[in-house]
Amino acid sequence: MAEMENCMRLWEVFVQPRTGAPHEHAGSVRATHAEMALQHARDVYARRGPVVSIWVVPTDAIYATRPGDEGPFFDPADNKPYRHPLFYKVPHGVKNI
Amino acid sequence: MNLETLDAALRPALFEYLLCLGDDALILGHRLSEWCGHGPYLEEDIALANLALDCLGHAEALLTLAGEVEGKGRTADDLAFLRDAYDFRNVQLVELPRGDFAFTITRQFLFATYACLLYEALQQSAFEPLAGIAAKALKEMRYHLRHSSEWMRCLGDGTEESHRRAQTALDELWMYTGELFEVDDTLRTLIEARIAPDMAALQPKWREQVEAVLREATLTVPEDPPYMATGGRRGHHTEHLGHLLAEMQFLQRAYPGAQW
Repeated sequence: MAEMENCMRLWEVFVQPRTGAPHEHAGSVRATHAEMALQHARDVYARRGPVVSIWVVPTDAIYATRPGDEGPFFDPADNKPYRHPLFYKVPHGVKNI
Repeated sequence: MNLETLDAALRPALFEYLLCLGDDALILGHRLSEWCGHGPYLEEDIALANLALDCLGHAEALLTLAGEVEGKGRTADDLAFLRDAYDFRNVQLVELPRGDFAFTITRQFLFATYACLLYEALQQSAFEPLAGIAAKALKEMRYHLRHSSEWMRCLGDGTEESHRRAQTALDELWMYTGELFEVDDTLRTLIEARIAPDMAALQPKWREQVEAVLREATLTVPEDPPYMATGGRRGHHTEHLGHLLAEMQFLQRAYPGAQW
């Protein structure tokens, strides 16, 4: 058992609900290697909903911001509404914008 | 042909055949369900429960159809819970106790390889309701095969202990695989009516596919034993089926017709 724990890695799971839609983070699974991670992701996150594609990524391959990074990373975006596409009319029936 | 146009002379044979297929799925599903809460880790626990549910789904469809073909008003539940061991038509392979994880996975691999070939062929069955069930079940069995094959490679080509356990399971299970491809008079009738495929013709393909995965898994294909286990299709079972049924059927036997 201890031996198995040692070779287990954590994988982040991203699922795509339909073709063309972005892959979204669904959660994580533990597995020894990529194929098994993909199968576990299928069983845990894709069995109940519509899913057309799954990605699994080793958690330690993700380089992320830290809690202290909020100020310099995100605050400057607060007062720049002109960066948002708020001034266009979206035609009826258009999705995924 | 469908239920209405089915030749009355074929009904008894077809009923028997659907019990064979349905009972294999039911008993294997029950064995898999015994892992619920006991899997080696959470994700694999969920995987095994999923495989169990797939098998129970196939069993329900096949036994429902069996009841309709029999024409005596028996439902899938009646057939599952109110028959005794000698009325069950599953192969002995699926009733053996779940053993360790390697045993369960090896059995699943051997059975899924067989079931994929069977359901592929059954999609062309002249009996349309059965062809429909086969097409649906095939998708799920292909996943069972992918999952169990991956585990065979992991266990066989893993640690010394996992290799030993997988090889032991394979050696123990091998003598139970001959029964999957037996052709008796019932089956021959259905083969001639193009309702069932000729299982004897599928055996070489099964062997080829099994050996390919075992090679990758660095496992040794067992020598064929002097005789293969047989009898399940005629109601002759190991002692293990009785114990399994005692647990599986307890509620319906103790409280007939109970619902919740």
